[in-house]
Amino acid sequence: MSSPLTYSNAELLAILRDTRTIAMVGASPKWNRPSYFAMKYLQEKGYRVIPVNPGVAGKAILGETAYASLAEIPGKFEMVDIFRNSEAAGPVTDEAIAVAEKKGIKVIWMQLGVINEEAAARARAAGLIVVMDRCPKIEFGRLHSELSWGGFNSGIISAKRRKVGPT
Amino acid sequence: MNDDAKKKADRAFGFETRMIHAGTQPEPITGARQTPIFQNTSYVFHDADHAASLFNLQTFGFIYSRLTNPTVAALEERLANLEGGRGSTCCASGHAAQILAFFALMEPGDRFIASTRLYGGSITQFGKTFKKFDWQADFVDVDDPDAVRRALTPKTKAIFVESLANPGGVVSDLEALAAVAHEAEIPLIVDNTMATPYLCRPFEWGADIVVHSTTKFLSGNGTSVGGAVIDSGRFDWAASGKFPGLAAPEPAYHGLNFHETFGDMAFTMQAHAVGLRDLGSTMAPMNAFQTLLGTETLSLRMERHCANAKRVAEYLEGHPRVDWVSCAALASSPYRALAQKYLPLGAGSVFTIGLKGGYAAGVKMVESCELLSHLANVGDVRSLILHPASTTHRQLSAEQQTAAGAGPEVVRLSIGLETVDDIIADLDQALAAAADAF
Repeated sequence: MSSPLTYSNAELLAILRDTRTIAMVGASPKWNRPSYFAMKYLQEKGYRVIPVNPGVAGKAILGETAYASLAEIPGKFEMVDIFRNSEAAGPVTDEAIAVAEKKGIKVIWMQLGVINEEAAARARAAGLIVVMDRCPKIEFGRLHSELSWGGFNSGIISAKRRKVGPT
Repeated sequence: MNDDAKKKADRAFGFETRMIHAGTQPEPITGARQTPIFQNTSYVFHDADHAASLFNLQTFGFIYSRLTNPTVAALEERLANLEGGRGSTCCASGHAAQILAFFALMEPGDRFIASTRLYGGSITQFGKTFKKFDWQADFVDVDDPDAVRRALTPKTKAIFVESLANPGGVVSDLEALAAVAHEAEIPLIVDNTMATPYLCRPFEWGADIVVHSTTKFLSGNGTSVGGAVIDSGRFDWAASGKFPGLAAPEPAYHGLNFHETFGDMAFTMQAHAVGLRDLGSTMAPMNAFQTLLGTETLSLRMERHCANAKRVAEYLEGHPRVDWVSCAALASSPYRALAQKYLPLGAGSVFTIGLKGGYAAGVKMVESCELLSHLANVGDVRSLILHPASTTHRQLSAEQQTAAGAGPEVVRLSIGLETVDDIIADLDQALAAAADAF
């Protein structure tokens, strides 16, 4: 399942540092779904995560009101995190491009297993940063020593003190 | 940060750098350069919600050292890194590692294929004790991939081999066996204890899971019993529907599906959160620390182990009381071509010899050694000698002993790092002392 896509640690750290608010498309209200895990984790790390899911619009997930579309979210958000399949990521990306300037969107992030090269090309042409086939929770954990706590290979070799995030 | 710096690819560090640094970045609070020994059972929660997140596996962190511990985690990351895997789970011993690996894959009534030439302790564990879990091992001569293919059944969940067998000087054709496993949509599990990741990295040849007894060369110091299961992160546990423990709702976690939730981290998450939690075969932090110290010098030790072993094997091959030497480093070995392919830097330092005098000569020779230690371990900095038929392999039938390369005439050697001429001199006097038995 390893991906041919590569992103440098510095590049991912900069995205995670510069992002404060994330619109999570496909967020689930069910506690044992992967998107719920990621949303809860990112909230604990200090991010505001706004769920986007037409099926539960108007209801709250983890204390945040869910919206039916990116356009309906009232405030600004720097990242769109896409928890949909690769095909569905296309229209979501186009929706994000359409409201990018108004909403302050800088990053399109497609989850693990989600790869849509055509959509990525359109987003890059619109000046957006694109990450595909990664999970922001896993990357945050990897770059802040937490994956190492679980016995995972973070790939980080350094004689500097470990970076840790809010735990 | 400018865009060029951000885009700069991360350096691909060499093996020697990683064996010293991987997993052991300095501790964040004190900056302690050597890895602290977290001799500690439990970890305080921030609040009830944090505790809930940890128990639900929604966040990373420590709960209880039966599951994870910072010192053990440092060793786990180092081994995962050196093998080129995604994650690793350390545990109490190499035998515990084997149970942990199969526990993730097997249901009662399932089967797996194992090499007939495995270490005798593995054959006993698989053939006898695993039956109590209703797991059936089918032992096959894995030198013949077609025989392996014929032994597959719909219930077969894995193929298990050693990269370099203990003690026979046998090398497995990992690439061919991985192909057979993947045709059957099952993983190839490789015990890489005798080779270590310095000499062989099974994931590069298609293996899916690697297990180790870390007691041997990885620690090298003969202080600490330990094991590890390392996952490549590449096997698709959901595709075949054969692995409900990894890719179906887990009743012990409120219906959590590890494959769906953790992707390529599923195996290692399961091995800690279900495997270690419920089997309880945890590695002690002190043992992890001692093993980490060993791995810091792994490449240097393995180079010398291999060089010394080759010299000793060549000497013994010419000795009149020695019938044969089974060592993949020798030009005469039937496994020489496989060794050159899979173990280009050396064929390890554990090998067997057959004495012309049989069982009695074997016993007398090991008892006569003064420098080589007569004990049941391998991979120590000290040279070790053992007569398997009277010790490690005595639980096996005569037929199994012969199949495992541990017949009555066989003596096993694990060549250490002493001055090689001293090792040869001791073996020479021991063979002379055993003269009456020839």
